[in-house]
Amino acid sequence: MASDHAATSVTSDHAVDIDKHVRIYITVFVTLMVLTIVTVVVSRFHLPVPIAVTVALIVATIKGSLVACYFMHLISEKKLIYAVLALTAFFFVALMALPIFTVSDGFWIH
Amino acid sequence: MDIPYTVEIRRDTGLTNGKIGIWLFLASEVMLFGALFASYILIRVGAPSWPRGDMFLDVPLATVNTIVLIASSVTMVMAWASLMRRRFQTYRIYMGLTILAGLVFLVIKYFEYSHHFHGGELPSTNNFLAIYFTLTGLHGLHVFGGMVVNAYFWGPGAKLWKTNPVWFTNRVEHSGLFWHFVDLVWIFLFPTLYLL
Repeated sequence: MASDHAATSVTSDHAVDIDKHVRIYITVFVTLMVLTIVTVVVSRFHLPVPIAVTVALIVATIKGSLVACYFMHLISEKKLIYAVLALTAFFFVALMALPIFTVSDGFWIH
Repeated sequence: MDIPYTVEIRRDTGLTNGKIGIWLFLASEVMLFGALFASYILIRVGAPSWPRGDMFLDVPLATVNTIVLIASSVTMVMAWASLMRRRFQTYRIYMGLTILAGLVFLVIKYFEYSHHFHGGELPSTNNFLAIYFTLTGLHGLHVFGGMVVNAYFWGPGAKLWKTNPVWFTNRVEHSGLFWHFVDLVWIFLFPTLYLL
Protein backbone atom coordinates (compact mmCIF):
# COMPACT_ATOMS: atom_id res chain seq x y z
CA MET A 1 0.00 0.00 0.00
CA ALA A 2 1.36 3.33 -1.02
CA SER A 3 0.80 5.09 2.29
CA ASP A 4 2.38 2.25 4.22
CA HIS A 5 5.49 2.42 2.04
CA ALA A 6 6.06 6.03 2.86
CA ALA A 7 5.15 5.67 6.49
CA THR A 8 7.37 2.72 7.34
CA SER A 9 10.61 2.59 5.43
CA VAL A 10 12.12 3.09 2.03
CA THR A 11 13.66 -0.27 1.13
CA SER A 12 14.68 -2.13 -2.00
CA ASP A 13 11.68 -4.49 -1.58
CA HIS A 14 9.40 -1.52 -1.90
CA ALA A 15 11.25 -0.41 -5.01
CA VAL A 16 9.90 -3.49 -6.82
CA ASP A 17 6.35 -2.48 -5.88
CA ILE A 18 7.07 1.07 -6.97
CA ASP A 19 8.11 -0.18 -10.41
CA LYS A 20 4.62 -1.68 -10.74
CA HIS A 21 3.10 1.60 -9.59
CA VAL A 22 5.11 3.54 -12.18
CA ARG A 23 3.77 1.37 -15.01
CA ILE A 24 0.25 2.04 -13.75
CA TYR A 25 0.93 5.80 -13.61
CA ILE A 26 2.01 5.80 -17.26
CA THR A 27 -1.10 3.81 -18.29
CA VAL A 28 -3.35 6.21 -16.36
CA PHE A 29 -1.59 9.21 -17.96
CA VAL A 30 -2.22 7.86 -21.49
CA THR A 31 -5.86 7.12 -20.60
CA LEU A 32 -6.33 10.66 -19.25
CA MET A 33 -4.88 12.13 -22.45
CA VAL A 34 -7.24 10.03 -24.60
CA LEU A 35 -10.25 11.02 -22.47
CA THR A 36 -9.28 14.71 -22.71
CA ILE A 37 -9.29 14.43 -26.51
CA VAL A 38 -12.64 12.59 -26.35
CA THR A 39 -14.11 15.43 -24.26
CA VAL A 40 -13.01 18.09 -26.75
CA VAL A 41 -14.08 16.09 -29.82
CA VAL A 42 -17.54 15.35 -28.38
CA SER A 43 -18.06 19.04 -27.60
CA ARG A 44 -17.55 19.84 -31.31
CA PHE A 45 -20.65 17.82 -32.23
CA HIS A 46 -22.80 20.51 -30.54
CA LEU A 47 -25.07 17.90 -28.96
CA PRO A 48 -28.27 18.95 -27.17
CA VAL A 49 -27.47 20.36 -23.71
CA PRO A 50 -28.78 17.39 -21.65
CA ILE A 51 -26.70 14.90 -23.65
CA ALA A 52 -23.64 17.17 -23.75
CA VAL A 53 -23.79 17.72 -19.96
CA THR A 54 -24.23 14.00 -19.32
CA VAL A 55 -21.36 12.94 -21.59
CA ALA A 56 -19.01 15.65 -20.28
CA LEU A 57 -19.73 14.79 -16.65
CA ILE A 58 -19.35 11.04 -17.24
CA VAL A 59 -15.97 11.51 -18.93
CA ALA A 60 -14.85 14.02 -16.25
CA THR A 61 -15.94 11.62 -13.50
CA ILE A 62 -13.94 8.77 -15.07
CA LYS A 63 -10.89 11.04 -15.36
CA GLY A 64 -11.30 12.32 -11.81
CA SER A 65 -11.69 8.77 -10.49
CA LEU A 66 -8.48 7.69 -12.21
CA VAL A 67 -6.57 10.61 -10.66
CA ALA A 68 -8.05 9.94 -7.20
CA CYS A 69 -7.65 6.15 -7.30
CA TYR A 70 -4.14 5.90 -8.73
CA PHE A 71 -2.28 9.20 -8.35
CA MET A 72 -3.79 9.86 -4.91
CA HIS A 73 -3.63 6.15 -4.01
CA LEU A 74 -7.26 6.03 -2.92
CA ILE A 75 -7.57 2.54 -4.34
CA SER A 76 -5.60 1.25 -1.36
CA GLU A 77 -6.22 3.66 1.49
CA LYS A 78 -7.18 3.22 5.11
CA LYS A 79 -10.81 3.05 6.26
CA LEU A 80 -10.63 6.36 8.09
CA ILE A 81 -9.82 8.18 4.84
CA TYR A 82 -12.77 6.47 3.13
CA ALA A 83 -15.01 7.51 6.02
CA VAL A 84 -13.90 11.15 5.75
CA LEU A 85 -14.46 11.11 2.00
CA ALA A 86 -17.85 9.39 2.27
CA LEU A 87 -19.05 12.15 4.59
CA THR A 88 -17.61 14.77 2.23
CA ALA A 89 -19.28 13.12 -0.78
CA PHE A 90 -22.66 13.13 1.01
CA PHE A 91 -22.52 16.87 1.69
CA PHE A 92 -21.10 17.59 -1.76
CA VAL A 93 -24.00 15.80 -3.45
CA ALA A 94 -26.46 17.67 -1.21
CA LEU A 95 -24.76 20.93 -2.18
CA MET A 96 -25.09 20.11 -5.89
CA ALA A 97 -28.69 18.91 -5.57
CA LEU A 98 -29.99 21.95 -3.73
CA PRO A 99 -29.79 24.48 -6.60
CA ILE A 100 -31.04 21.94 -9.13
CA PHE A 101 -34.11 21.10 -7.03
CA THR A 102 -34.66 24.77 -6.24
CA VAL A 103 -35.06 25.93 -9.82
CA SER A 104 -35.07 22.84 -12.01
CA ASP A 105 -37.66 24.25 -14.46
CA GLY A 106 -36.02 25.25 -17.68
CA PHE A 107 -32.54 23.85 -16.95
CA TRP A 108 -32.79 21.26 -19.71
CA ILE A 109 -34.49 23.60 -22.17
CA HIS A 110 -31.71 26.14 -22.77
CA MET B 1 9.32 18.91 21.18
CA ASP B 2 9.12 16.72 18.09
CA ILE B 3 5.93 16.61 16.06
CA PRO B 4 4.31 13.23 16.81
CA TYR B 5 3.41 10.58 14.23
CA THR B 6 5.20 12.11 11.27
CA VAL B 7 6.75 8.78 10.36
CA GLU B 8 5.29 6.15 12.65
CA ILE B 9 1.66 5.06 12.24
CA ARG B 10 -0.90 5.98 14.91
CA ARG B 11 -2.55 2.81 16.15
CA ASP B 12 -6.02 4.37 16.42
CA THR B 13 -6.17 5.90 12.93
CA GLY B 14 -3.78 3.57 11.11
CA LEU B 15 -2.26 6.67 9.53
CA THR B 16 0.39 9.28 10.10
CA ASN B 17 -0.90 12.62 11.37
CA GLY B 18 0.20 14.34 8.18
CA LYS B 19 -1.83 11.97 6.01
CA ILE B 20 -5.08 12.40 7.94
CA GLY B 21 -4.42 16.14 8.13
CA ILE B 22 -4.05 16.63 4.39
CA TRP B 23 -7.16 14.54 3.67
CA LEU B 24 -9.24 16.58 6.13
CA PHE B 25 -7.95 19.73 4.45
CA LEU B 26 -8.85 18.35 1.02
CA ALA B 27 -12.34 17.52 2.32
CA SER B 28 -12.76 21.20 3.21
CA GLU B 29 -11.47 22.13 -0.24
CA VAL B 30 -14.08 19.89 -1.86
CA MET B 31 -16.77 21.87 -0.04
CA LEU B 32 -15.17 25.20 -1.03
CA PHE B 33 -15.16 24.38 -4.72
CA GLY B 34 -18.49 22.57 -4.29
CA ALA B 35 -20.08 25.79 -3.06
CA LEU B 36 -18.84 27.60 -6.18
CA PHE B 37 -20.00 24.80 -8.48
CA ALA B 38 -23.41 24.99 -6.79
CA SER B 39 -23.40 28.75 -7.42
CA TYR B 40 -22.60 28.07 -11.07
CA ILE B 41 -25.55 25.67 -11.34
CA LEU B 42 -27.86 28.13 -9.59
CA ILE B 43 -26.84 31.04 -11.83
CA ARG B 44 -27.05 28.91 -14.99
CA VAL B 45 -30.40 27.38 -14.10
CA GLY B 46 -31.84 30.79 -13.25
CA ALA B 47 -30.63 32.48 -16.43
CA PRO B 48 -33.06 32.92 -19.36
CA SER B 49 -30.23 31.93 -21.69
CA TRP B 50 -26.64 30.81 -21.21
CA PRO B 51 -23.73 31.09 -23.66
CA ARG B 52 -21.61 28.14 -24.69
CA GLY B 53 -18.19 28.51 -23.13
CA ASP B 54 -16.40 28.51 -26.48
CA MET B 55 -18.22 31.75 -27.42
CA PHE B 56 -16.08 33.62 -24.86
CA LEU B 57 -13.20 31.28 -24.07
CA ASP B 58 -10.20 29.87 -25.89
CA VAL B 59 -10.77 26.09 -25.99
CA PRO B 60 -7.43 25.15 -27.67
CA LEU B 61 -5.46 27.04 -24.98
CA ALA B 62 -7.52 25.45 -22.22
CA THR B 63 -6.98 22.01 -23.80
CA VAL B 64 -3.22 22.61 -23.72
CA ASN B 65 -3.56 23.67 -20.07
CA THR B 66 -5.48 20.48 -19.30
CA ILE B 67 -2.71 18.38 -20.84
CA VAL B 68 -0.06 20.39 -18.95
CA LEU B 69 -1.81 19.92 -15.61
CA ILE B 70 -2.40 16.20 -16.12
CA ALA B 71 1.26 15.79 -17.14
CA SER B 72 2.26 17.67 -13.98
CA SER B 73 0.27 15.19 -11.89
CA VAL B 74 2.29 12.37 -13.45
CA THR B 75 5.63 14.13 -12.79
CA MET B 76 4.47 14.81 -9.21
CA VAL B 77 3.69 11.17 -8.51
CA MET B 78 6.95 10.18 -10.24
CA ALA B 79 8.81 12.57 -7.91
CA TRP B 80 7.35 10.71 -4.95
CA ALA B 81 8.10 7.33 -6.57
CA SER B 82 11.72 8.46 -7.08
CA LEU B 83 12.07 9.11 -3.35
CA MET B 84 10.60 5.69 -2.65
CA ARG B 85 13.35 4.29 -4.88
CA ARG B 86 15.92 6.42 -3.01
CA ARG B 87 16.81 8.35 -6.17
CA PHE B 88 17.04 11.89 -4.89
CA GLN B 89 18.43 13.47 -8.06
CA THR B 90 15.64 11.92 -10.13
CA TYR B 91 13.18 13.29 -7.57
CA ARG B 92 14.63 16.77 -8.08
CA ILE B 93 14.15 16.49 -11.86
CA TYR B 94 10.52 15.34 -11.59
CA MET B 95 9.69 17.91 -8.92
CA GLY B 96 11.32 20.61 -11.04
CA LEU B 97 9.21 19.54 -14.01
CA THR B 98 6.08 19.68 -11.84
CA ILE B 99 6.86 23.25 -10.78
CA LEU B 100 7.65 24.18 -14.39
CA ALA B 101 4.34 22.70 -15.57
CA GLY B 102 2.52 24.76 -12.91
CA LEU B 103 4.28 27.85 -14.20
CA VAL B 104 3.32 27.05 -17.82
CA PHE B 105 -0.30 26.62 -16.69
CA LEU B 106 -0.31 30.02 -14.99
CA VAL B 107 1.40 31.77 -17.93
CA ILE B 108 -1.22 30.38 -20.33
CA LYS B 109 -3.92 31.50 -17.89
CA TYR B 110 -2.32 34.96 -17.82
CA PHE B 111 -2.58 35.20 -21.63
CA GLU B 112 -6.22 34.08 -21.47
CA TYR B 113 -7.04 36.66 -18.80
CA SER B 114 -5.19 39.53 -20.53
CA HIS B 115 -6.99 38.72 -23.79
CA HIS B 116 -10.32 39.04 -21.95
CA PHE B 117 -9.36 42.26 -20.18
CA HIS B 118 -8.10 43.91 -23.37
CA GLY B 119 -11.37 42.93 -25.06
CA GLY B 120 -13.34 44.59 -22.26
CA GLU B 121 -14.56 41.23 -20.93
CA LEU B 122 -14.55 41.68 -17.16
CA PRO B 123 -16.18 39.79 -14.27
CA SER B 124 -18.78 42.55 -14.23
CA THR B 125 -19.65 42.05 -17.94
CA ASN B 126 -22.05 39.15 -17.39
CA ASN B 127 -22.78 36.26 -15.05
CA PHE B 128 -20.93 33.75 -17.21
CA LEU B 129 -17.67 35.72 -17.01
CA ALA B 130 -18.24 36.44 -13.30
CA ILE B 131 -18.40 32.74 -12.42
CA TYR B 132 -15.62 31.93 -14.92
CA PHE B 133 -13.19 34.40 -13.32
CA THR B 134 -14.19 33.35 -9.80
CA LEU B 135 -13.73 29.62 -10.40
CA THR B 136 -10.58 29.82 -12.53
CA GLY B 137 -9.12 32.58 -10.32
CA LEU B 138 -9.52 30.50 -7.17
CA HIS B 139 -8.15 27.47 -8.99
CA GLY B 140 -5.17 29.52 -10.21
CA LEU B 141 -4.44 30.59 -6.63
CA HIS B 142 -4.40 26.91 -5.67
CA VAL B 143 -1.95 26.16 -8.49
CA PHE B 144 0.27 29.00 -7.24
CA GLY B 145 0.03 27.75 -3.63
CA GLY B 146 0.93 24.22 -4.72
CA MET B 147 3.90 25.57 -6.66
CA VAL B 148 5.18 27.45 -3.59
CA VAL B 149 5.01 24.30 -1.45
CA ASN B 150 6.60 22.16 -4.18
CA ALA B 151 9.34 24.75 -4.68
CA TYR B 152 10.07 24.59 -0.94
CA PHE B 153 10.39 20.79 -1.11
CA TRP B 154 12.55 21.11 -4.24
CA GLY B 155 14.86 23.64 -2.55
CA PRO B 156 15.37 24.40 1.15
CA GLY B 157 12.89 21.81 2.44
CA ALA B 158 14.84 19.02 0.73
CA LYS B 159 17.49 19.20 3.48
CA LEU B 160 15.21 16.90 5.47
CA TRP B 161 16.05 14.07 3.05
CA LYS B 162 19.53 13.82 4.59
CA THR B 163 18.35 13.59 8.18
CA ASN B 164 14.94 11.89 7.88
CA PRO B 165 14.21 10.51 4.38
CA VAL B 166 10.96 8.78 5.37
CA TRP B 167 9.47 11.96 6.82
CA PHE B 168 10.56 13.88 3.74
CA THR B 169 8.97 11.24 1.48
CA ASN B 170 5.74 11.52 3.46
CA ARG B 171 5.78 15.31 3.13
CA VAL B 172 6.23 15.09 -0.63
CA GLU B 173 3.38 12.57 -0.78
CA HIS B 174 1.12 15.01 1.08
CA SER B 175 2.00 17.96 -1.15
CA GLY B 176 1.39 15.61 -4.07
CA LEU B 177 -2.11 14.86 -2.77
CA PHE B 178 -2.86 18.58 -2.84
CA TRP B 179 -1.41 18.92 -6.33
CA HIS B 180 -3.49 16.00 -7.66
CA PHE B 181 -6.59 17.57 -6.08
CA VAL B 182 -5.89 20.81 -7.97
CA ASP B 183 -5.61 18.74 -11.16
CA LEU B 184 -8.87 16.96 -10.30
CA VAL B 185 -10.71 20.26 -9.87
CA TRP B 186 -9.48 21.42 -13.29
CA ILE B 187 -10.69 18.16 -14.86
CA PHE B 188 -14.23 19.24 -13.91
CA LEU B 189 -13.75 22.98 -14.53
CA PHE B 190 -12.55 22.48 -18.11
CA PRO B 191 -15.69 20.88 -19.61
CA THR B 192 -18.04 22.82 -17.31
CA LEU B 193 -16.77 26.27 -18.28
CA TYR B 194 -15.22 25.82 -21.72
CA LEU B 195 -17.24 23.15 -23.48
CA LEU B 196 -20.85 23.26 -22.25
